[in-house]
Amino acid sequence: MPLGFLLLFFVYPLAAIVQRGLSTGGEGSSLDVLEDPITREVVWFTVWQAAASTLLTIAVSLPVAYVLGRYDFPGRSLVRALVVVPFVLPTVVVALAFLAILPAGLDRGWAPILIAHTFFNVAVVVRIVGTFWAGLDRRVSEAAATLGAGPARRAREVTAPLLAPSLAAAAAIVFLFSFTSFGVVLILGGPGYATIEAEIYNQAVRLFDLRAAAVLSLVQLLCVGLAVLVTMRLEARLGVSSGFRPERDVLSKPRTAGEKALVAGSLGGLALFLGLPLLVLVERSLAVGGGHGFGAYRALAHPTSAFLATPWEAVVNSLVYASLATLIAVVVGGLAAFAVASSGGPRFLDWLLMLPLGASAVMLGFGFVIAFDTPPIDFRSSRWIIPAVQALVAIPFVVRIVVPTLRAIDERQREAAALLGASPGRVRREIDFPIVGRALAVAAGFAFAISLGEFGATVFLARPDNPTLPVAIFRFLGRPGELNAAEAYALAVVLMTVTAISILLVDRIRVRRGGWF
Amino acid sequence: MKRRSGLVVLATVGVVAVAAAAAGCGGGGEKPTEVVLVTHDSFAISDDVKKAFEEESGLKLRILQAGDAGEVVTKSLLTAGNPEGDVLFGIDNNLLTRALEGDVFVPYESPLLDNVDPQYVLDPEHRVTAIDHGEVCLNYDKEWYAERGVAPPASMDDLTDPRYRGLLVVENAATSTPGLAFLLATVAKYGDQGWQAYWQRLRENDVLVVDGWEEAYTVRFSGAAGSRGKRPIVVSYASSPPAEVIYRDPRPKTAPTGVIEDSCFRQIELAGILRGARNEEGGRKLIDFMLSRRFQEDIPLQMFVFPVNREAKLPPEFVRYVLVPSAPLALAPETIEANRERWVDEWTQTAVR
Repeated sequence: MPLGFLLLFFVYPLAAIVQRGLSTGGEGSSLDVLEDPITREVVWFTVWQAAASTLLTIAVSLPVAYVLGRYDFPGRSLVRALVVVPFVLPTVVVALAFLAILPAGLDRGWAPILIAHTFFNVAVVVRIVGTFWAGLDRRVSEAAATLGAGPARRAREVTAPLLAPSLAAAAAIVFLFSFTSFGVVLILGGPGYATIEAEIYNQAVRLFDLRAAAVLSLVQLLCVGLAVLVTMRLEARLGVSSGFRPERDVLSKPRTAGEKALVAGSLGGLALFLGLPLLVLVERSLAVGGGHGFGAYRALAHPTSAFLATPWEAVVNSLVYASLATLIAVVVGGLAAFAVASSGGPRFLDWLLMLPLGASAVMLGFGFVIAFDTPPIDFRSSRWIIPAVQALVAIPFVVRIVVPTLRAIDERQREAAALLGASPGRVRREIDFPIVGRALAVAAGFAFAISLGEFGATVFLARPDNPTLPVAIFRFLGRPGELNAAEAYALAVVLMTVTAISILLVDRIRVRRGGWF
Repeated sequence: MKRRSGLVVLATVGVVAVAAAAAGCGGGGEKPTEVVLVTHDSFAISDDVKKAFEEESGLKLRILQAGDAGEVVTKSLLTAGNPEGDVLFGIDNNLLTRALEGDVFVPYESPLLDNVDPQYVLDPEHRVTAIDHGEVCLNYDKEWYAERGVAPPASMDDLTDPRYRGLLVVENAATSTPGLAFLLATVAKYGDQGWQAYWQRLRENDVLVVDGWEEAYTVRFSGAAGSRGKRPIVVSYASSPPAEVIYRDPRPKTAPTGVIEDSCFRQIELAGILRGARNEEGGRKLIDFMLSRRFQEDIPLQMFVFPVNREAKLPPEFVRYVLVPSAPLALAPETIEANRERWVDEWTQTAVR
């Protein structure tokens, strides 16, 4: 079923548009665009900025992941929910917020691009690695300490190998997101900076050179495929598994002054980094009539000409789509994860499932238009395609989060259960599911967040009478006038709030489930 | 394992197919009950105007709004002959030739064209019909100049004057529609040989090039409400000043921004019936409706552009705060199509690199 879903909604439309592009007549060979020095520049920039963004994101996030993985403190679940807020915000809105706070001289070029990518992706590392960390048996490290290993040696030889699978998974996702970044790069980079994705858009939409766009999207897919392969290798080579422990056995309250300072320091630093741009959005949503007030929020209750609905209806639409997309992603992704993680599982499927995150959204969008154009499968204008497409982006998250956990389950636990007479189904039910439940819930949270924030595919498919929040924000932002701008930012604040609350609720389920083991 | 997934694929496709067939076409021979308008993100219509059309025609109006004008045209080219809807609205003079060469439309000459000035009829075969026109113009922040006691620039030539150094922000012609329109304005004004030198002087005068309208107008331009931008001249639209009044509370007595008239470049938005439309007859009704006074008078406050029907009256807010450029700059669609790529490349070399 995962393979079928992927073939139908990913491979087929993408193949259709690439085939169409390559077969369009035009002067010169398909390789022209590859020989263009500008293309080479673009590819090189795309690769290095994605790698640098990934490293920076990990550096900024690890202290917080550590704190969340080791300490229990009041407000811990709130912190875990709030880090997701930047992740769902529309890139244009965030880029505009960054322009408002970055000092002149630092507001254009590669530096703000890296900073913005880090801002978006902190949640990926903090939540994936932090959750994994919180399940690691503390006693391994303590045993090493008893045997005389210093803190540095313990980090290097015990913690790092244990964390490697989740770190590799998070790094892969951050890399792919930065690799295909589009709006952030164009706005914060200024003219002269472009990623492969931006160049594909330029070729396909501005120049209508489908052949060049198709060749570029293959180049992008190749890079992405290689990157995923490398991280999968790393994950397999570096990863060491140990048994999982329930969080409540692992977490402890920060006791010494040093521990308290560490918790406060890393959380405070993160709050400053993530909070400032968000505050700009809040401030702009209140800036009406030359002063400050809630005018824009009141206006949200009224129908607008920006789309044929009241803005509040966009909240409902977003929640409905997000619930559906999460359901699809968890079912399809969960099944795929079990298939991939089972011994001798198809590594190819694992690899293939990651690709939608790194494939060209523009080309995929056009692919949908030409692939599903004839009855009986003409659902170009069906609104049900929206959650399906959003799930496509969310499934890689589910797989990447669940597979390392499944692989890390101590095989002896399964063997012991089997030895005691449990059937394979029962082993799965009573050993795998509870442990995976936790990972699956983190994955579900991400799937929900991705769907809430998804813009590229949704704007292609949404209708004016049922916009999602990001689409509604974009429509307001494209209209002149003070109230329109303020309503755009007010909706961004609403999106932030909806996200934080949804993630808190999803985490709640997780905690209850987590109580099983 | 492998065989099972294969079966599931077939089953999935099957289920989807049946569901789509059941939901989609309600029988082939029946009279269509809806008309589908494919358009871009900036399209807007009042709810009561939409209802008026539905009552008049007996058809439900479904609007598919997907992407900017470029994306919509690209999609229509990809689906030529088997379109997503019946009528496409939002193609402009920049994109027109590309769409006509792609054989996307079928001709229809609306009887209401009698009320439309011939200058807006871009296709003698009437495969497309002009619905509105909007002008891309330089806007300036009145207050900024008043506070400093400096006269605002009055023409495009003024922008190269060192007095106005570092004051202009424009959109990237390679990534933004108004950015491209302003580049075309300079080509129309200074000629195919002269515009490069003009941009060279703009660059020497510290022009700022940014990605798109949102950044240029709401962040870099000082005249937009709530903006902390530092540049008092921006490439925007002739209708931006009334928008600054209408969406401000309380409304100011005069528009806080003005338009530099000689910089205005004409953009005409057109609609056409898509070849292979399921409801061609409904498509004609829709085009007629879009040219009627009811829809035309709804246009200014919905989309902030101007009607092409002579009989349509502008809303009072528009009459008071807007300047309708009398003789905007323009280029023939074929000229644009033939040179666009080269111009944008040269522009990138001159203004950006």
